[in-house]
Amino acid sequence: MENRTDKNSYTIIFAIAMVVIVGALLAFTASSLKPKISENQRIEKQQNILYAMGVNNNDESSANFVSTAKAPELFGQYITKQLVITGNDVREDDQAYLIDLKKDKAAAAGDASKRNLPLFIGEKDGKTFYVAPIYGKGLWDAIWGYVSMDENMVIQGAYFDHKGETPGLGANIKERFFMDDFIGEHLLDAKGNFKGVEVAKGNGDPTNENKTDNKVDAIAGATITGNGVTAMIKSDLKLYKPYFDNLKN
Amino acid sequence: MGLLSKKDAKLITDPLADNNPITIQVLGICSALAITAELKASIVMAISVTFVLGLGNVVISLLRNIIPSKIRIIVQLTVVAALVIIVDQVLKAFAYELSKTLSVFVGLIITNCIIMGRFEAFALGNGPWKSFLDGIGNSLGYGIILIIVGFFRELLGSGTLLGFKVLGDPIEKTGIYAIGYENNGFMLLSPMALIVVGIIIWVQRTKNKALVEDH
Repeated sequence: MENRTDKNSYTIIFAIAMVVIVGALLAFTASSLKPKISENQRIEKQQNILYAMGVNNNDESSANFVSTAKAPELFGQYITKQLVITGNDVREDDQAYLIDLKKDKAAAAGDASKRNLPLFIGEKDGKTFYVAPIYGKGLWDAIWGYVSMDENMVIQGAYFDHKGETPGLGANIKERFFMDDFIGEHLLDAKGNFKGVEVAKGNGDPTNENKTDNKVDAIAGATITGNGVTAMIKSDLKLYKPYFDNLKN
Repeated sequence: MGLLSKKDAKLITDPLADNNPITIQVLGICSALAITAELKASIVMAISVTFVLGLGNVVISLLRNIIPSKIRIIVQLTVVAALVIIVDQVLKAFAYELSKTLSVFVGLIITNCIIMGRFEAFALGNGPWKSFLDGIGNSLGYGIILIIVGFFRELLGSGTLLGFKVLGDPIEKTGIYAIGYENNGFMLLSPMALIVVGIIIWVQRTKNKALVEDH
């Protein structure tokens, strides 16, 4: 018994068999569950966009999406237009929310005029919301979000999410206390130039009363994730500035 | 414990205290430092590890007579990795919310030294039922420490437990914040987890002198 399993030939055969079995098992699981998983992700995007424009089931302190079952219906009801902006060209596309920002960013290779920028226009209580997706990197992995703005680029709502930030620290960007701070913040400075919103340490405004300082209070212990949020707001939302300029003219 | 013989019961109860994987065997420290900043994460991690270690121990134990000894570590690693990925995929399909909470732990479960440690030290030499009990016992022992550390770090660091503001609101100055209490932000950083684990080890060895090694 002992000798048999010590043989080189046995070891190699065992290794090959194990790889084949485990590989087949994983491949089978992944491919059979894939449709279900991508459906979940599609609905999650709709929930995220709705969340950013204030259609959610929030209670006093925690962030809650509208239910999965109702999301597609509400999405159709509140989102009146889905646009894709490429350079000066603006077209309607009801699949715009499925654009993968990461792939699009890579394909454009730094040329902003080649980007396909999705923008979702929603109506709620007679108000118009412009929701834009953003994508960047935190400390460990990707972070992303959806920001809804009014026509003056004042933030009306924000949703952030992350792939693998530290629980209790960077992962708190998806908590209400952080996301709610962005509501009412101006993305433009007093002269109307794009400035973004900085996640700032020690800005002397922890309760975030000053909405025109282009700053929100950072999370202690999550400096790099916070900087990532600052960076993705700055780089991604800036691209929408020309659209909002046109809107006014 | 009428179901279990005395010897079997010991497999579960021993790792809870006198042979605890974290405080006595000093395994699984890395994940104990990384994820205990809040109680919820500690609980999720404890449950995940219990599942993976319980099941993994059984699989390894069933295969123990046919695994070639030269590549046994690789075989163990493959078994854990495959188990964790399958569980993650199934959760993504059927419990999407839960899987998002878990996503960050997947890598940490695979690299958790308790899992490899128990495969090596126990499952390779014992039957499936005993291995299962050993797996459950050790992960519960790990879970208890995680939850204790998570409890103190979230309470003292953020003033909350499972997200509820149990001490009052630090910004509006209600509860005990009204009399000048402040959260200790230091508790949220990993080094403090090490200190809390250290204190647990100290308390445990003070109570049970038999655990103190003499050098």
